[in-house]
Amino acid sequence: MVLGTYKEAISARSTDSKILDVSQDGGIVSALLCYALDEGIIEGAVVAGTPDEDWRPIPTVVTSSDEVIAAAGTKYSMSPTLAALKEATRQYGLEKLGVVATPCQVQGLRKAQAYPFSRFVADKIKLIVGIYCMENFPMASLDTFATAKLGFDSLTDATKMDIGKGKFWLTKDGEDTGLAIKETHGYEQAGCNICMDYVAEWADVSTGSVGSPDGWSTVLTRTDDGETVFKAAVDAGLIETKPMDEVKPGLGLLEKLAKGKKDKNGKEREKRAQMGLPLPVEY
Amino acid sequence: MLEGIKKIFGGSKDEGAPKVEEKVEAAPETPVETAPAEETKAASAKPRIGYIHLSGCTGDAMSLTENYDILSTVLTEMVDIVYGQTLVDLWIHGTYAEEMPEMDLCLIEGSVCLQDEHSVHELLEARKKSGLICAFGSCAMTGCFTTFARGGQQAQPKHESFAPISSLVKVDCALPGCPVAPEMIAKTVVALCNGDMEYLQPAIDKAACNAGCGCDVLTGIIRQGLCSGCGTCALACPTRAMGFTEGRPSCDRDRCIKCGTCYTMCPRAWLPIKRIKEDTGL
Ligand SMILES: Cc1cc2nc3c(=O)[nH]c(=O)nc-3n(C[C@H](O)[C@H](O)[C@H](O)COP(=O)(O)OP(=O)(O)OC[C@H]3O[C@@H](n4cnc5c(N)ncnc54)[C@H](O)[C@@H]3O)c2cc1C
Ligand code: SF4
Ligand code: SF4
Ligand code: SF4
Repeated sequence: MVLGTYKEAISARSTDSKILDVSQDGGIVSALLCYALDEGIIEGAVVAGTPDEDWRPIPTVVTSSDEVIAAAGTKYSMSPTLAALKEATRQYGLEKLGVVATPCQVQGLRKAQAYPFSRFVADKIKLIVGIYCMENFPMASLDTFATAKLGFDSLTDATKMDIGKGKFWLTKDGEDTGLAIKETHGYEQAGCNICMDYVAEWADVSTGSVGSPDGWSTVLTRTDDGETVFKAAVDAGLIETKPMDEVKPGLGLLEKLAKGKKDKNGKEREKRAQMGLPLPVEY
Repeated sequence: MLEGIKKIFGGSKDEGAPKVEEKVEAAPETPVETAPAEETKAASAKPRIGYIHLSGCTGDAMSLTENYDILSTVLTEMVDIVYGQTLVDLWIHGTYAEEMPEMDLCLIEGSVCLQDEHSVHELLEARKKSGLICAFGSCAMTGCFTTFARGGQQAQPKHESFAPISSLVKVDCALPGCPVAPEMIAKTVVALCNGDMEYLQPAIDKAACNAGCGCDVLTGIIRQGLCSGCGTCALACPTRAMGFTEGRPSCDRDRCIKCGTCYTMCPRAWLPIKRIKEDTGL
């Protein structure tokens, strides 16, 4: 169960060109949020936008499809997205919320639901769309990749950022430049080194690029709620799908990377324990 | 009835009728963490609960009453409130209670003022008379905003030291929050009634913790290399003291009231894996 509990693994892509023009991969995150908003399943969502287009993720409350789409695309730096749940419930007064969350954020959300120490926030979370995550970078690391390693004048010159096929990619003037992933090692935030979850194992539905062809996403439906929303969005024609065993490179690669993360970070955890450093207490 | 409550608040998945007699598991005479199972003993049918109000704002009691949908059932069928100034008009320093009754569980709201003999006496008495003491809310657990008291005010200028109750007595479990969230109270009540000690374990482990402050995430999480920048601590903060800089929480100490909720909610401090799996089916 290296991918956690899931109902179905599917390769999928949004059918909306407005989404595909700006989405990171198959636009599944944005398509699901737009559908859930239109259908009233959620009244709003918290996402990571970058309003100044400088790649710095800013937690953002969105209540319309346009706002969802404006926040599409991966920013490879930490977004304290969950902080915006406060704004969404208090200022916006939203009762039904969606959240786009990395695995560590899904853990924060599920803990808040199981132990709701913060009043009347966790009960409003209706849809958790998890995104796969191997690691995350401080902004200064991204600056280093762009300027010192790839020779850009500035990180803001990049129009797209992606990790795939063993490289960290930046796009400038329509041209992709890649940096070998091993060049990025040691620049990720320390907290990622003890993270055991690659595929957002506790989300309602998880998605990421690995396993599917370019421009497509690999989707894992997990809870009943997640499955219902995903299937309904497919039935409504907003998402097209292909069986996972018909696409390349396929689910095997996702499993391999998920296991690799668990093995590597499991060792780091052991090392910490030997040094007498604390780890999260598990109940 | 209990099933209904469980449905509303999604408590224990434990099926079958509530076994009222087993509730007294919540009231062993010695601390639960030593050996909860063995400590179970037969006692009166309903747990006897006390509510003591020390130096707090009554916010925690109000949070308790916000569970109005389950409160009448809890009060009439599931527990006996045997002591408490606000809830049953009984106070040993007033005219209505000569002596503090025996209690299975005593909830204590507010910090204890070391210069107030009544508060000190009531707290020490409560320890003698109660099976379990719960620090109910952040003032009791960490001192919370009463930490900022410095005395010199009317009507008692000498009242200046407002301490977490664990500085005077042994506390068995603690529920932080300024105030404690109503849903958290409901879940705790359901767990207590089911003898679901597993759910209560984090609160039991936090019993003696009085270190509430926004800087706990600095010393306990970031300085330990554990922070993921997820933002849960900022979601937790009731005063919005917790901001973020460069993907890390950063506490505005002028706003922080020392409630300890940020650290309590951080998934890198502790993670209820088993419960989450049960709740989500994942
Ligand atoms: C730090 C990081 C590492 C990742 N690593 C992998 C990986 O190793 N393998 C893999 O397959 N996929 C990974 N992903 C996921 C992948 O990059 C895409 O985000 C995912 O496939 C969704 O694409 P989409 O086209 O469906 O979403 P889109 O429609 O483009 O929407 C993306 C959504 O993600 C949100 N978002 C953007 N940045 C962040 C952030 N930093 N934190 C939280 N939310 C954010 C946006 O608000 C937006 O709603 C990673 C994502 C992040 C943020
Ligand atoms: S690797 Fe883990 S800790 Fe790091 S950002 Fe991703 S999910 Fe969070
Ligand atoms: S909740 Fe914990 S892990 Fe998350 S940002 Fe705050 S301190 Fe870091
Ligand atoms: S930062 Fe906020 S949550 Fe943390 S102790 Fe201070 S007031 Fe409480």
